[in-house]
Amino acid sequence: MSLQVVTANRLDDGLAVFMTADDGWSTDLRDAVCAEDAPQAEALMARADTEKQQVTVVGPYLIDVAQEDGVLVPTKYREVLRTLGPSVRTDLGYQAG
Amino acid sequence: MYRYDDFDRQLLAERTAQFRDQVARRISGELTEDQFKPLRLMNGVYLQLHAYMLRVAVPYGTMNGEQMRKLGYIARTYDKGYGHFTTRQNIQYNWPKLNEIPDALADLATVEMHAIQTSGNCIRNTTTDQYAGAAADEIEDPRPYCELIRQWSTFHPEFTYLPRKFKIAVTGSPNDRAAVRVHDIGLRMHKNDAGETGFEVIVGGGLGRTPFVGKTVRDFIGKNDLFSYLEAILRVYNRFGRRDNKYKARIKILVHEVGVDEIRRLVEEEWSKIRDGSLRVSDDEIAQYIAQFAPPAFEELQANDPEFERRKQAHPDFAAWVRSNVIAHKQPGYAIANISLKPIGGIPGDATADQMELVGDLADQYSFGDVRVTHEQNLVLPHVKKADLFALWAELNSALLATANLGFVTDIIACPGLDYCALATARSIPLSQRISERFGDLERQYDIGELKIKISGCINACGHHHVGHIGILGLDKRGKEFYQITLGGDASQDASIGKIAGAGFSEAEVVDAIEALITRYIDIRTVGERFIDTYRRVGMDPFKEVLYGDR
Repeated sequence: MSLQVVTANRLDDGLAVFMTADDGWSTDLRDAVCAEDAPQAEALMARADTEKQQVTVVGPYLIDVAQEDGVLVPTKYREVLRTLGPSVRTDLGYQAG
Repeated sequence: MYRYDDFDRQLLAERTAQFRDQVARRISGELTEDQFKPLRLMNGVYLQLHAYMLRVAVPYGTMNGEQMRKLGYIARTYDKGYGHFTTRQNIQYNWPKLNEIPDALADLATVEMHAIQTSGNCIRNTTTDQYAGAAADEIEDPRPYCELIRQWSTFHPEFTYLPRKFKIAVTGSPNDRAAVRVHDIGLRMHKNDAGETGFEVIVGGGLGRTPFVGKTVRDFIGKNDLFSYLEAILRVYNRFGRRDNKYKARIKILVHEVGVDEIRRLVEEEWSKIRDGSLRVSDDEIAQYIAQFAPPAFEELQANDPEFERRKQAHPDFAAWVRSNVIAHKQPGYAIANISLKPIGGIPGDATADQMELVGDLADQYSFGDVRVTHEQNLVLPHVKKADLFALWAELNSALLATANLGFVTDIIACPGLDYCALATARSIPLSQRISERFGDLERQYDIGELKIKISGCINACGHHHVGHIGILGLDKRGKEFYQITLGGDASQDASIGKIAGAGFSEAEVVDAIEALITRYIDIRTVGERFIDTYRRVGMDPFKEVLYGDR
């Protein structure tokens, strides 16, 4: 199984976020807590999809990621775009810095 | 244009306050996302890949200058300085914060705008001909009927939870610029043998994963009976439309499954019960709405303006813009000026806050405060004196709004695609940009002639690819974007659904494939033939040959 992390959109501003080890949320995928197998992934989702988390994020789900040069990157292009911003507006989103 | 009465204003104020409370309750945790989602969708708020999206209605695509400026203000204040005009004649903002959206809606309400009927399984914002009230070929201005449809359908208690969304389009001209044959209901105005104006009623058209050209359920319905007839159709749909499968829930599937004759029988039966009820609209009432859309105070002018002709001679860029973007007006001495939101290599339909504010000002200065949004993602100033066209063009040109490409190969419809949309399977915008750059040379575009390229980033077909002369559908093939080409689609009065040419193309190959199709068209066209005409004459094979050879 591919490595997985939990992503969602933040409730207040809708930005893409990733769950961290302390059950918080970061806008940077590199801060995410990673599941290495299916039971771990299931446990992560259980922590993400709680009533309490609902006040912070919307629609948590698992995405596949890979380690590239020691950094986590999504394997699907859709999720790559969520870590960057629109490819047609590189002045906007996380890629704008 | 229509101005709100006290009832409209109260309705909007109450709705905005209601949504403000709903947002507060969601943020506090009192409402779960499952409870909140249908509420936010009824107020035009979606959640996309990067952020929330707010879709604001532009009823039947008509605005005044102040409203257009307000759209610019919203873009600057609550978004990142731009907005995206859509194929529903609406505008979308891509980055609003949830807790600020109630303020944005309150600001919009000050200019009689809102996000009602832009989402959810209700009757959506009605669309129409962007040249309504100005076109030389028009029978009558369709907007009074669109406004009556708006009033009938807004928060209609019976039709708030339809099986699926429902879109109505109206054309007042025999030359259909509103794609009425690919809507849930299309209304085509025409005159009957007695010389009365009424509507052909077309039902069950649509795009998406199962495209259909609509079928005529009634050749003619008089103006007074239109609304009870619409109600009868919606009742039949609401009762018999499928709720078991989201993908089979649109009325087009019902019409396809039971047949148009049975639909007609059911509608007529229902209509016979309600036709003389409260939805029968009197001539007096209709006259009141027609008066709301009375033509502006046109001056009596000569058809031709000598200074305008001289300017064209002296300024080839202006002449090119007039040739492609300026259309005949019914009033002598006036013209319809189209503002292309398709700069070469730009993002189709995007406009900056500054551009929106400028267009609002130019509408006030040159077009009786009237501005339109087109379903092809452009803007229109519908009533410009020919004598003012040069000054207007100069201002547009300085704001990168004078691209002279209306209806040509670079005037591409593209949905937001995977750059923004959570449903998309591939990107649309970068492909439209690359095609635009490839064919950017104006002389080449004019040589190619009218050519409608439409691009969707998923099977839901928001980019209308099924009715593109050349349609492009972006899909995901094992994690890579690839693009399927359809040929022979048409959204006009001669509506047709395009046919798939064959296997799809990679992102790297697809622009070359489009160029090969266009080159083949140029090689085999006869004099005066548009791409679609040639396709209809020769069929798919000559085009398939250049795409696939012996494959």
